[in-house]
Amino acid sequence: MARYEIYVTYKKGIFDPPGATAERALVNLGYEGVHEVKIGKYIRIEADADLATVSEMCDKLLANPVIEDYRIETVEE
Amino acid sequence: MRFGVVIFPGSNCEQDVIRATKYLGYESEYIWHGDTDLSGFDAIVLPGGFSYGDYIRCGAVARFSPVMAEVVRFAEKGGPVLGICNGFQILTEAHLLPGALLRNRGLKFICKPVTMRVENSVCQWLDTEPGSLITVPINHNEGNYTCDAETLEALNANRQVVLRYVEADGSTAPGGSAPNGALDDIAGICNERGNVFGLMPHPERVVDPITGGTDGQPFFTTIVTRLAEVAG
Repeated sequence: MARYEIYVTYKKGIFDPPGATAERALVNLGYEGVHEVKIGKYIRIEADADLATVSEMCDKLLANPVIEDYRIETVEE
Repeated sequence: MRFGVVIFPGSNCEQDVIRATKYLGYESEYIWHGDTDLSGFDAIVLPGGFSYGDYIRCGAVARFSPVMAEVVRFAEKGGPVLGICNGFQILTEAHLLPGALLRNRGLKFICKPVTMRVENSVCQWLDTEPGSLITVPINHNEGNYTCDAETLEALNANRQVVLRYVEADGSTAPGGSAPNGALDDIAGICNERGNVFGLMPHPERVVDPITGGTDGQPFFTTIVTRLAEVAG
């Protein structure tokens, strides 16, 4: 059994409405040093699967390659 | 002429499509998402709703429903496929149409009639005079169409943009007129062949004048006329 942590984020150039809203809200709260906020997804998978297979899962279902990038981290026990 | 309207778990506009097509005098029947037999249907409609709760991404799970492999085959053979709202999202996830639909720019669910201009496109589903203004309601949270620059160029060059959001007088506001922030004010696109058409607005809701208009009628009548011509 292996554990993976997957981070899905919008590709560069894709507008991220929740991120932009959080950014404005933080600036409005007085955090004027905030320049950019991006919001993505965190997915944790426990599976009898190798990294290549998890990557395939991302391409097929968990991320949309048209708009999103993903990064997979293998969690060491 | 027989329309097939696919029901996914979480679809909620299938009955509206059935009613609209029957109102226009056509046969129309439900297709369960687990079915794989599309024989006997002349055109397929993927209705609006929240298939699989919109989990992961809108349309991401519905795309793998058993019926979708058949819908893809049907479309590849030139069969007419219409995706409305969630149906449009499913068509992009299934790669039958390019691009993707993001969360609305203002983060609000938008439900209101919108004015659109009919573009000069290759779409087989709509023969309304290019340049005409129509009013059809939208009802969505993820209708913010996007694609990369290369795809947008191809969509314009191949006349695949079918509908654009405009102001009530037909003009385009500085910064765009899409209520959801859609790229290039795109409300609906078709594939290169013109048989697969996806749009965010709901034409099935403006077919019977009792619900506020008839601008949605050509979205169903055009394809019937065209199929009749092809059949000779």
